[in-house]
Amino acid sequence: MENDWTKPAAVAIPKEGFFKDQEQQGRYGPIFPKTPACYGFSIIAKIIPGHEENFYEYGRNLAEGVAGTPDLLASLKLHYLRWNLFQIKGDTYFQYMGIFDTDFDKYTEDAVAIFAATGRSTVFENLEGFPKDWRTNAGAFIKFMRDHQCPSFMEYGEYPYVSADEIKKALKLKAAFSNMLDQMQ
Amino acid sequence: MLEFDDIQHILLERAPALAARYEFLTFRDAPGGRKWLNTIRQTVKSVAEIRAGIDDLRWVTVAFTWNGLQALGLDEASLASFPDEFRQGMTARAEVLGDNGPNHPDHWVGGLAGPDVHAVVILFARDVDERERCRIEHEKLLACSAGVEVLSTLDLEATPPLGYAHDHFGYRDRLSQPVIEGSGEEPTPGSGAPLKPGEFILGYPDELGPAANLPQPEILSRNGSFMAYRRIEEHVGAFRDFLSSQGQNSEEQEFVAAKLMGRWRSGAPLVLAPLKDDPKLGADPQRNNDFNYKEMDPLGYAAPLGSHIRRMNPRDTAANMNRRRIIRRGATYGPALSEGVPDDGVERGLAAFVICASLIRQFEFAQNVWVNDKNFHELGNERDPFIGHQDGTLEFKIPKRPIRKTIKGLPAFTTVRGGAYFFLPGLKALGFLAGLKSR
Ligand code: HEM
Repeated sequence: MENDWTKPAAVAIPKEGFFKDQEQQGRYGPIFPKTPACYGFSIIAKIIPGHEENFYEYGRNLAEGVAGTPDLLASLKLHYLRWNLFQIKGDTYFQYMGIFDTDFDKYTEDAVAIFAATGRSTVFENLEGFPKDWRTNAGAFIKFMRDHQCPSFMEYGEYPYVSADEIKKALKLKAAFSNMLDQMQ
Repeated sequence: MLEFDDIQHILLERAPALAARYEFLTFRDAPGGRKWLNTIRQTVKSVAEIRAGIDDLRWVTVAFTWNGLQALGLDEASLASFPDEFRQGMTARAEVLGDNGPNHPDHWVGGLAGPDVHAVVILFARDVDERERCRIEHEKLLACSAGVEVLSTLDLEATPPLGYAHDHFGYRDRLSQPVIEGSGEEPTPGSGAPLKPGEFILGYPDELGPAANLPQPEILSRNGSFMAYRRIEEHVGAFRDFLSSQGQNSEEQEFVAAKLMGRWRSGAPLVLAPLKDDPKLGADPQRNNDFNYKEMDPLGYAAPLGSHIRRMNPRDTAANMNRRRIIRRGATYGPALSEGVPDDGVERGLAAFVICASLIRQFEFAQNVWVNDKNFHELGNERDPFIGHQDGTLEFKIPKRPIRKTIKGLPAFTTVRGGAYFFLPGLKALGFLAGLKSR
């Protein structure tokens, strides 16, 4: 049952990243499945040598941006983002893990627009092979993402399939109840 | 500056027509197709010509599928420069568009699901007599155009009463439409600021910046656009039966009808008239589109989050709304079904062209996310009540205090009967296509 959040759940995902019998086409290609840990992706790509510092700077910029405009990333329907840099045989790689409530395909152009609006550049420009015309070519942008997507082979949710909006609603409800109890003292 | 003398009128003007005819053509050979085009293009008017004319009785538009451009002899490099979704065509995009079950291209009529749809001639006419005159004219032209055949046709007429535009379900239509910067048109209050022309016309800056990724050569794409054709049957009997099951009296039934649309059938928007219909408001263009959602109705107590107009234009509750707008041109077809009469089984509905610069970003996004994403706005188990793929298992929720009303097992009120993606060239581009040399 998809909406039984009381029951922790895990799924094992085939090597290709899709369940063959449930594959769904999105506008830009097949959609990666929703799991107990919602939708998401893990992009792993080699960075252009010498560009490490740009990543740290971009991280600081984004943190400032979100502090100033809390709904900056709202249209991506995110739960969490986790970004890492790591080394393999002397090369530096970037890992972008995002967990969100919609398949990425649906809001591709909104993501491009956010990147285009939040900075003069995007952190992705520091990755090898990232399309130069990403601002005007959503198709090339999403192709890069798909080519570098590293599908999970297992995902787990302690409260499976629950969306960020539902969590926020529940917390608001809790706050409203405690407020109500205060008023009744 | 918009080149009004090169833009086909349909992009910027709505013809005051009471009748229409769509003819879908196939080209059996390229020279024949080009010869036909060279003649018909004399009847295709630009925005400038329409604006200068006073007594126009008919308005002609010509557009091509990707297969059609190929059949006219366009070279490979140029064909390859068109966007993927247009090259694939609407049938190949069925899953993306939500055209499943009875809406699937397997069930389409008029040969529209096959590869032979090459061109459409859209005729809007002042009245049925004028349409008949034009039909005969075109028949004559086709008789001497070897290699050009009619695949299918559709006659359309305004649905009575004729005083205002409305569909077979009885809703007033043509109230909210985007306005293009520099078009000379003023948006009505609430319709938003004019949009950059590149959102609808190729070759101009769009909301993101300068034009990019245009089909080549430039003369072919400049002042052109793309159109998604949708022929949608309306099951008027089923719709009326459903309303009867939803209320004891006509007042209660009208209320449900309004909730599904986000407007009363009079056109009055629920955000401005939440409890009672206000026909004067519905008919007043200075007021009938002057509302938003985020401030005026954030929780959907007036217009439900899943209602048709709130999905198709979420206004201030969606990101990058200006990159998702579409222009609608079309008409109703089939005989009106009188009140109180059981459905006669005759096909009737709406056949429209959705115009935009990018099918994938505008039309397909609307279909894929706003119309058919079951979880749009966290609704959980809903699709657009009119044009979403309804298989009888979905809901429609009407926010209401203290507890919302949930309609379970919403039936399908419409079926897609056909569709296609067209490229709408500018006038010079029509000349360019007519003048192509055989390979
Ligand atoms: C049988 C099918 C349909 C019916 C009965 C229908 C009916 C209506 C009506 C009555 C309105 C309100 C009038 C207005 O705001 O202009 C409307 C608005 C609209 N419809 Fe539809 N429609 C249908 C199909 C479609 C399709 C296929 C699309 C596009 C994919 C579409 C897109 C829109 C848009 C964009 C609006 C304007 C919303 C706004 O700006 O507030 N409709 N429709």
